[in-house]
Amino acid sequence: MNTIKFTLICLLVGAAVFVGGHLFGVGYLFFAGYTILQFVVLASAWNILGGYCGYVNFGSAAFFGLGAYTTVFFYKFFPLPIPLLIVIAAIVCGVVGFGMGYLTLRLRGAFFAIATLAMAVVLQTLVVNWDYVGGSRGAYIVRDEMIPIFGYSIEYIEYLFLLMMAVSIIAIVISRTIARTQLGFGFASIRDDELAAEATGVPTLRLKLIATTLSGALMGMAGAPFPYYIGYLQPASAFGLEYGVNSIAMPIIGGTTSWVGPLVGALLLGSLQQIATVTISSAVNLLIVGLLLVAFVVIAPNGLVGLVQERLKAWRRK
Amino acid sequence: MSPLLHVSNISKRFGGFVALDGIELEVQQGERLGLIGPNGSGKSTLVNCICGTLQNEQGEVHFDGAAMDGLAAHQRTHRGLARTFQLPRPFHSMTLADNIRIPMLFTAHKRSGPLHADSVDARCVELLRLVGLHDKARQMPRDLTQVEMRKLELARAVAAEPKLLIADESMAGLSHSEIDDILALLRQLNERGITIILIEHIMSAVMSFSQRLAVLVTGKKIADGKPEDVVRNPEVVRAYLGE
Repeated sequence: MNTIKFTLICLLVGAAVFVGGHLFGVGYLFFAGYTILQFVVLASAWNILGGYCGYVNFGSAAFFGLGAYTTVFFYKFFPLPIPLLIVIAAIVCGVVGFGMGYLTLRLRGAFFAIATLAMAVVLQTLVVNWDYVGGSRGAYIVRDEMIPIFGYSIEYIEYLFLLMMAVSIIAIVISRTIARTQLGFGFASIRDDELAAEATGVPTLRLKLIATTLSGALMGMAGAPFPYYIGYLQPASAFGLEYGVNSIAMPIIGGTTSWVGPLVGALLLGSLQQIATVTISSAVNLLIVGLLLVAFVVIAPNGLVGLVQERLKAWRRK
Repeated sequence: MSPLLHVSNISKRFGGFVALDGIELEVQQGERLGLIGPNGSGKSTLVNCICGTLQNEQGEVHFDGAAMDGLAAHQRTHRGLARTFQLPRPFHSMTLADNIRIPMLFTAHKRSGPLHADSVDARCVELLRLVGLHDKARQMPRDLTQVEMRKLELARAVAAEPKLLIADESMAGLSHSEIDDILALLRQLNERGITIILIEHIMSAVMSFSQRLAVLVTGKKIADGKPEDVVRNPEVVRAYLGE
């Protein structure tokens, strides 16, 4: 299936979900759905660097928070429509991703992970000490109740949901396209054996920089509408541990070698967390993530997608 | 005619340890050169310096009329230098065909212009057929035996369409018939016009394959010439057998 067809199908599914929710008429569905979609973006973005290239990034929260604070900055400086903010956040976070890649890509494994984690802490500290965007007190974002789109007036949360749906589709299409092109082969060779990749002519540094830039930009896009969603943004929530942990856990649980894994992982884990938030408490979210992560690492190291593939193979052999 | 590869006065040290000390080496177009030396004599370090995996501190590497110094490994591969690794390093999450596809996409592609996807597939199978692995194109490297792994390593290097192929101990740990297999393969590649440097401990293989032999001992080149003359060189004998 070519990319255009695939994109059209994604758009159709997205539109169907939106119209279905709209007809159903429950605002909370959009509220919960937004968070799940946000994790679809984060997981897909993480997977470009972590799954395809094998560089485990613990600093997803840095890019997410940076995207969110880009919005806060413009809210104070010169309010812009959210779609434009998403584009700006993508550029800012893409540039930061490129810079981070350039500085840290000589490190491997645990060292790279620690460097990215440190970057999240550094950025959070900067924001805490920057009064213009609210510092440690945080910033209030006031949004309208309704917003007119194409002549219709819809609720703001539905608008945010639509935007995040669009960003998710962008993330999934990019992720899938990479996996099917030369870039995907190059990334996989880096993951398998960087020395051998170089020896066969793969420009590893350039490819890794493409990965960090793309991954960072997409994570920033996930963060940009967040202040409008939450209404009140403080550094601890924008740079929260849950973003870093979830961005890693979701692709690992889903499976890291294809674009399907992060999508499945994010939908599953995101929904589980939303259900747990409503029925038990939001405090158990990270516990669920932790337990599932341990379970999957032991039982299905290649994630759900890997598990299904293995079963299919075994079944075909019979 | 100027040599295809000209290594002049290369030195490389790791901390206080001098791994290579002023190595001079020339390889002519189409030649089969054997490079031998005891363990730790700097053979692999020399290969790494020629291929760009390591950067030498002193000296120059000229290949095909251009200076290679400062170029990254992949850039040297693009210019026609290919190598195999002493311990095979296949891309373990990819099928054999995809292992071959990487150098085709990133190196051969680049030189000869974009190829059609079908012709890439066909070429992958053709290369695997050359090393006798075409039946296993869809299998993973973990399913291979040692000798098959070495063959995959060679096929992957050849897929980059090199002018010079450096085979770093492609036969260590193989049986006699397997060694003959690999030697026949290397000869076949040489007949196609690929210049070959063979690094090997197995003397019978080196002697039958090489047109010229160079010997490294503790980072210095102590002999270079016709194989039968080199093995009779008293210095070489001393290096291998002691006083």
